[in-house]
Amino acid sequence: MYFDSVQAALSMDGHGGFVWSAYGICLLVLMLILLAPRRRQQKFLRQLAGEQKRRQRGPTVLKEGN
Amino acid sequence: MWSFFHKLGSPPWLYRIAGTIVRWLLPVTLVALCVGLVWGLLYTAPDFRQGNSYRIIYIHVPAAVVALAGYYVMAIAGAVSLIWKMKMADVAMKSCAPIGAALTFIALVTGAIWGKPTWGTWWVWDARITSMLILLFLYLGVVALYEAYDNKEAAGKACAVLTLVGTVNIPIIYKSVDWWYSLHQPASIKFTGDSTIDPSMLYPLLLMIAAFYGVFTCCLLMNMRAEILEREARTNWVKKLALEYRA
Repeated sequence: MYFDSVQAALSMDGHGGFVWSAYGICLLVLMLILLAPRRRQQKFLRQLAGEQKRRQRGPTVLKEGN
Repeated sequence: MWSFFHKLGSPPWLYRIAGTIVRWLLPVTLVALCVGLVWGLLYTAPDFRQGNSYRIIYIHVPAAVVALAGYYVMAIAGAVSLIWKMKMADVAMKSCAPIGAALTFIALVTGAIWGKPTWGTWWVWDARITSMLILLFLYLGVVALYEAYDNKEAAGKACAVLTLVGTVNIPIIYKSVDWWYSLHQPASIKFTGDSTIDPSMLYPLLLMIAAFYGVFTCCLLMNMRAEILEREARTNWVKKLALEYRA
C-alpha cells in the first residue's frame, strides 16, 4: 500500500476530499445503473403475474366448466 | 452465419442468451471493478506533478472511454433498426441511452472534481468538455424522445435519426484536444507509439477500462432483457415466465 496510515489515505495530502467524493459519486451511479434493470424487470413480472391471477379469477373462470 | 442473425432477431432466444452472458460477466466485472478501485486508490504512487488528485483518472478515463464506445453501439444499433427494421436493434439502441448518459455524467462530474485542484476551476467551456456535455444531452435526448412518442415505432425511428445525426459529435470529442487550445490534456494511452504513462499506472487503468466495459455490457443486456419482456408482454413465453416468477 502506498499510504502509511488510514489517516493519510483519507486526506491524500489535501486531495482526499476531491478523490473520495469523485469515487463515491462514481460508485453510486454505477450501483444505480446496475440495479435499475433488475428492479424494472421484477416489477414488470410481478405486475403481469398479478394480471394473470385476476384474469383467472375473473370471467375466464367460466371456461373451466366447458 | 445467417442462422445466427436469424436467432438474434428472436426475442426469447436473445432474452435467454443475454441472461446467460450476464450471469458469467457480472461477477467477473464486479471483481475487476473492486480490484481496480482499490489498486488505483491505495496501491499506486501519486503523480509527480498532480499529486494524489490524479487518482481520479481511474474512474474518469474509463467512464469517458466507455461513454464514447457506448455511442458507437447505439449508433450502429440505430442504423440497423432504421435500415433493416430489426426490432431487437431498436431494443438495443433504447437500452444504450440511459447507461451512456450515466457514464457521461460520471466522466463530467469526476472531471469537474479533478479540475478544481489541478486547473483551479470546476468548469471551463473548452472544446473537450463542451462536446462531452453535448454527448450527455444526446443520450438524454434519446431517452426523452422515446418517452415523448406514444407510437413506439415512430419513436424508434426518430431516435435512430437523432442518434445517427449525433454521431458527428464523436470525432469532435476525440480530436477536440488536438484541434483547439484546451486545458484538457491529450490522450496518454496510444495504440500507435509509446504511451506517456508509467506501466505502474497503466495496468490499473487498463483494468478499470475493462471493468467499465463489463459494466456497460451487463447493464445493456439487463436493460434489453427488461425491454424485451415489456414489448413481448402478450406472448405466451413471457406469460409463462410471469407464472414461474409468481411460483
